[in-house]
Amino acid sequence: MSKTITIDGKIIPFEDGQTIMDAAMAAGVYIPHLCHQPEFTPHGSCKLCTVNVNGRNCSACTFPAMEGQDVLNETEELIEDRKKITQMLFVEGNHFCPSCEKTGNCQLQAVAYHLNMLDNHFPLFYPDREVDASHAEVMIDHNRCIFCTLCVRASHEKDGKDVFAISGRGIHKHLIVNAKSGLLKDTDIDASDQAVHICPTGALLVKRTGYQVPIGERIYDHKQIDQVALAASGSRPVAALQPSMAVGTENIKHGE
Amino acid sequence: MYEHLETAENRDSLKRVVVDPVSRVEGHGKVTLLLDADNKVQQARLHIVEFRGFERFIQGRPYWELPVLVQRLCGICPVSHHLAAAKAIDQLVGIDPENLPVSADKLRRLLHFGQVLQSHALHFFHLSSPDLLFGFESDISKRSVIAVLAEYPDIGVQGVKLRKYGQEVIRMVSGKRIHGTGAIAGGMNKSLTKAERDYLLEDIDQMIAWSAASVALIKKVHCSNLPFYDEFATLRTNYLGLTKPDGALELYHGGIRAKNEHGETIMDHIDYCKYNDYIHEEVRSWTYMKFPYLLSLGQENGWYRVGPLARVNNCDYIDTPLAEAARVEFKAHSGEAMVHSTLAFHWTRLIEVLHCAESIKTLLNDPDIMGSDLVAQGEKRYEGIGVIEAPRGTLFHHYQVDENDIVTKANLIVSTTSNNMAMNESVRQVAAEYLSGRELTEPLLNNLEVAIRAYDPCLSCATHAVGKMPLQLELVDAEGKLIDKLIKHSDGQIERDNA
Repeated sequence: MSKTITIDGKIIPFEDGQTIMDAAMAAGVYIPHLCHQPEFTPHGSCKLCTVNVNGRNCSACTFPAMEGQDVLNETEELIEDRKKITQMLFVEGNHFCPSCEKTGNCQLQAVAYHLNMLDNHFPLFYPDREVDASHAEVMIDHNRCIFCTLCVRASHEKDGKDVFAISGRGIHKHLIVNAKSGLLKDTDIDASDQAVHICPTGALLVKRTGYQVPIGERIYDHKQIDQVALAASGSRPVAALQPSMAVGTENIKHGE
Repeated sequence: MYEHLETAENRDSLKRVVVDPVSRVEGHGKVTLLLDADNKVQQARLHIVEFRGFERFIQGRPYWELPVLVQRLCGICPVSHHLAAAKAIDQLVGIDPENLPVSADKLRRLLHFGQVLQSHALHFFHLSSPDLLFGFESDISKRSVIAVLAEYPDIGVQGVKLRKYGQEVIRMVSGKRIHGTGAIAGGMNKSLTKAERDYLLEDIDQMIAWSAASVALIKKVHCSNLPFYDEFATLRTNYLGLTKPDGALELYHGGIRAKNEHGETIMDHIDYCKYNDYIHEEVRSWTYMKFPYLLSLGQENGWYRVGPLARVNNCDYIDTPLAEAARVEFKAHSGEAMVHSTLAFHWTRLIEVLHCAESIKTLLNDPDIMGSDLVAQGEKRYEGIGVIEAPRGTLFHHYQVDENDIVTKANLIVSTTSNNMAMNESVRQVAAEYLSGRELTEPLLNNLEVAIRAYDPCLSCATHAVGKMPLQLELVDAEGKLIDKLIKHSDGQIERDNA
């Protein structure tokens, strides 16, 4: 018999080497996350995937699954903590969903909807952050960076380039690029790099492509982030990911 | 004219009456009156007290955000801002209006007819019909669309459904009723499916019938209250707007035409990209709204009116049959080359509703709106200007970008801004003729609002005197005592007033 853990009382099988996140996703259990992507080395920085393992809080994306673990995932307290973390991510940057081209395709926005985040709760920082549009094809909007390091990892692990790094500590933390000038145009980044397309928010963008996907055809227009994440991870058949209809026939008479 | 009522001399000795907020308009504004001991009006002003600042905070953003970001100026006519910005950024990717793919051009026109239809229907039925159906000084409980629905249920319901239909056109084309994303640089991001087209076709004949009925209604209201409706708040002014090359009424794209009070042409078929050679704006210290004027006529005589009255006055004809018949009747009623009645804004607004409904039907039957050739690209440019006839009048968007596609400069002349002088003049006229010397009551004050409302002002869109506006900052302690006061003058000088 294979090894198992329990998540919220449900028996979940795992294999040696899997994290709690890996085991959960494979079994169709969604644990909210932003800095985690299965194909990259886990980083454990966003803390959204915090679960309670035998009475102790830890990050599901970095914590190995082990026999005898009793994991709590969807408790009221953990959901409330995750919501607070998401609210802090929002107030720390400048996230204006109404005009952002990533809206509808944004994981930060989608996870906030999933957690039923209805306001910022905390005072907005309104930090003064730059837009680096110096590169011909790629743009960084630092206002929207949540320091998940996915671009750092993708550039290093997949693109073999090391274009990005995180510099500074605490509130002074910021994304930097590998160029003396500090400008994206002086790096060897290319619009086809994985690093450009991995950003969970609208911080890294391919220029001049905004709003080309109509409302109704964006990733999270008709599906919650848990459905999308589980379908993408190829776990057991939760509703398969289909290209959604524009303002499809069955939606025509029922509002957006 | 009543310019002498803009600023009174002995202001400290006068009694102040404030209408705040002006209700049933978009945005926030107030009217102040200064009265002497005999209740004679010595000063009357319409103040726009909102501050928006869009022209400043879109600097530093990439240009493709503009149609989606700037439309947030307004929840009533966002499509007009969306399309004016889209026309401007078309130029940034090297596409002039004549090079826009046919399907994209027609989809944008359909989108905009939906916009003008819903905005005009909202204004007439929800905001103005209580005044027109129950009387300007009617009891306050009657002055809402709820009372209209109770006493004239057919008219009320038709108004609500006409507006809804316009919103549905917008939703089908741009994905949402308010703040969608249809237009992108050089085209549109989707066309209509057959299902979407058929859904809109279902009700269009009903909409045309109701629009025609609304024109008949306003004609009856207007003509059974003559000469009052032709005189109330009425001004003999210049008029400005876009027309088609053949002089027909145009809402999406055309050249600038201006006519004077006698119907004589001041200018015609002007390329709107050269608007700056013809139109300038003046800033005054007491309002956030600028005062545009025609350079050739100067600040004093160069102000003009825009919007439905200007468009219907200016055009040679309307290219849809029912609206054209309505236009001919409308023009005939006054016997003059131009109709100057301020309340005739309502009549012309409904003629345009009818024109929109007819035009929507024509476009829905055009297979191009389901076409797949939606986006064109040309050579990058650094400056883009988009002008459109928004529901409230001619709307100018002007942007400059740098080599990195970032917006460096923006100028917006919003429709309501062009009517600023006229609205103030109408307020002064009503104050002088209907209010002066009388004991002021709440219903009497509604006359001022009726005059403003005729213009259908969008005050939130129109406040753009960024950087030039004098500001006053007061620090007051818990007892209400003034501790400190900073004054920023229009030249940018900052002064501390500790008096």
